Amino acid sequence: METKDIAQAYDRDFLRSLMVKMMTVRKFEEKLQWLFAQGLIYGTMHPGIGEEATGIGTTAALKKDDYMLATHRGHGEVIGKGVNIDHMMAEILARDTGTNRGKGGSMHIADLDNGILGANGIVAANMPLVCGAALTIKLKKIPDRVALTFFGDGGSNEGATHESMNLAAAWNLPAIFVLVNNQYGMSTPLRKVVKDMDLTKRAIPYDMKCFEVDGNDVLAVYEAAKAAREYAVAGNGPVLIVEHTYRTSGHSKSDGNLYRTKEEIAEWKAKNPVIRFTKVLLDSGLFTQEDIDQMDAEAAETIEHAVEFAKASPMPSPEGIEDSVYAQ
Amino acid sequence: MSVITYAEAIKQAMCEEMRRDENVFFMGEDIGTYCGAFGVSRGMLEEFGESRVIDTPISETAYVGAGVGAAVTGMRPIVELMFSDFVAVCYDQIINQAAKMHFMFAGKVSVPMVIRTAAGGGTGAAAQHSQSLEQMYCHVPGLKVVAPSTPYDAKGLLKTAIRDNNCVIFLEQKKLYRTKGEVPEEEYTIPLGVADVKREGTNVSLITYGRCVQMCLEVAEKLAAEGIDAEVLDLRTLSPLDRDAIIRTAKKTGHVVIVHESVGFGGFGGEIAGVIADSEAFYYLDAPIKRVGALFCPIPFNPELESYVLPNTGRIEEAVRAVMKEEIR
Repeated sequence: METKDIAQAYDRDFLRSLMVKMMTVRKFEEKLQWLFAQGLIYGTMHPGIGEEATGIGTTAALKKDDYMLATHRGHGEVIGKGVNIDHMMAEILARDTGTNRGKGGSMHIADLDNGILGANGIVAANMPLVCGAALTIKLKKIPDRVALTFFGDGGSNEGATHESMNLAAAWNLPAIFVLVNNQYGMSTPLRKVVKDMDLTKRAIPYDMKCFEVDGNDVLAVYEAAKAAREYAVAGNGPVLIVEHTYRTSGHSKSDGNLYRTKEEIAEWKAKNPVIRFTKVLLDSGLFTQEDIDQMDAEAAETIEHAVEFAKASPMPSPEGIEDSVYAQ
Repeated sequence: MSVITYAEAIKQAMCEEMRRDENVFFMGEDIGTYCGAFGVSRGMLEEFGESRVIDTPISETAYVGAGVGAAVTGMRPIVELMFSDFVAVCYDQIINQAAKMHFMFAGKVSVPMVIRTAAGGGTGAAAQHSQSLEQMYCHVPGLKVVAPSTPYDAKGLLKTAIRDNNCVIFLEQKKLYRTKGEVPEEEYTIPLGVADVKREGTNVSLITYGRCVQMCLEVAEKLAAEGIDAEVLDLRTLSPLDRDAIIRTAKKTGHVVIVHESVGFGGFGGEIAGVIADSEAFYYLDAPIKRVGALFCPIPFNPELESYVLPNTGRIEEAVRAVMKEEIR
């Protein structure tokens, strides 16, 4: 879409909310990196800096009751789906007020009130799970609902992925599989682990609809997800969306970036979705630089509030922990 | 009371629960028209239709995982894994997903799901279709593990398992499918975690479950003629485990033989022995605890080799005689 058309095509508040959310994700993860450096976060976490448009653009097309499963690099995905950021920050700081009461951490954020069936620490484990959520929708004949999962280029080579895409297609499930191709499985470039780099072809053997999109263009991502949702809700079966992007941050805190060049990272930093969407918004004539600065301040405030909330929250008590293993 | 097979009892439990609760559905490989590899689901497709009796692709990871995903979104799936050995194909969905979600998500979800699966040997199915892997599930917090030995127990326990809000691994020993037993006409359930004394006795306790219960009862009858009065405790559920029943019988007889079909080394018998050693029952023992399990060996195909590797009445009897002799010395 031409930038001048954006003003006609979208509601100003919608555009603003996409930007604020992407900024919030960016600042959330940058804050996590800072907290890590301060020794205030235990364990590990997987930032997706540079991939914000995938989580935010995709979830913008979902409804609150749609089911969604996130990956281990899923901060943006769950923020987009509406998780309470105070509670998510508290979770990562291992607090009792966290989304998972300090039992899950960064890789397992869950929020059923917003349809978030959990982020997953096992690559592609969400693929079968999303089939089950979609099966529930089908069996219960729930109207206007889909189940969506994210996975990565790494996860695209798991057996679970192929089994699940086949099962979803065979059963005509209202499932959306979102392949966030950030081009590296941890450190291993896609070209080393596949013969055919065109991941959209993964939809062909399962006779599945596929959308391919520039994953750093938040509006393009949104449009693809919206079309995918309409297609799946109409009973046409599952959809694959391939969103091409790049993670400019390291894989996790242990990443020394030995597997890629500084030049490559710099090139993608310049193409990152926040910078790119800023330009789109300014060019649209709907927003001034002052507006952008205000959004930035708003996102920063959200994150500062979350950190304050988390730090002020109590740690969970180990009392009765064995009693919380099973549901009553 | 009516006399029905173990397989029929399992089917009755599924059908009754599916009639009772529309959220219960059944899926697995070849369970519809074929009625399952062991003929358990005969008539279910006709009664409930293809939307509730669902034939799956041969994709254990996908359909077991789909069961988990359906369970966390409000359904109560019964998933059949044709052979329990296939659990190795879909371990992630059971161990890392189903077992952990309730805890890891701070109680926000539950996983009300039953994985029914044909376990154990004695059918000539060889090394990849004959294993007893219950100790592997028991070791994972978040799973429940049930191993019934009679049609009565199978029906009552399966109904409870389907109503349970957790992932229950329901182990059906293949040789038991055609065994018969009395089952009440009226509805009943059996709670999980409650063992059952299948034979009262005073001299020695045979603690067992699954197919080995019948073997232990046979040995007990034989030894009764010699004045050795054996108690046979059927655990029925391995997780949660009825520790009190184990301690009670050990204290009562002072002699314990633990019998299971799974490999002895690293087997669930070690946990049972541990329960006794960890409790006041230890002081009541008049002899060391003996364990009888399969040899440390994959299950071989040849019938003589297979029965040599698996526990049998001869080996159980030998173990009982050994613990009784120990007391005299």
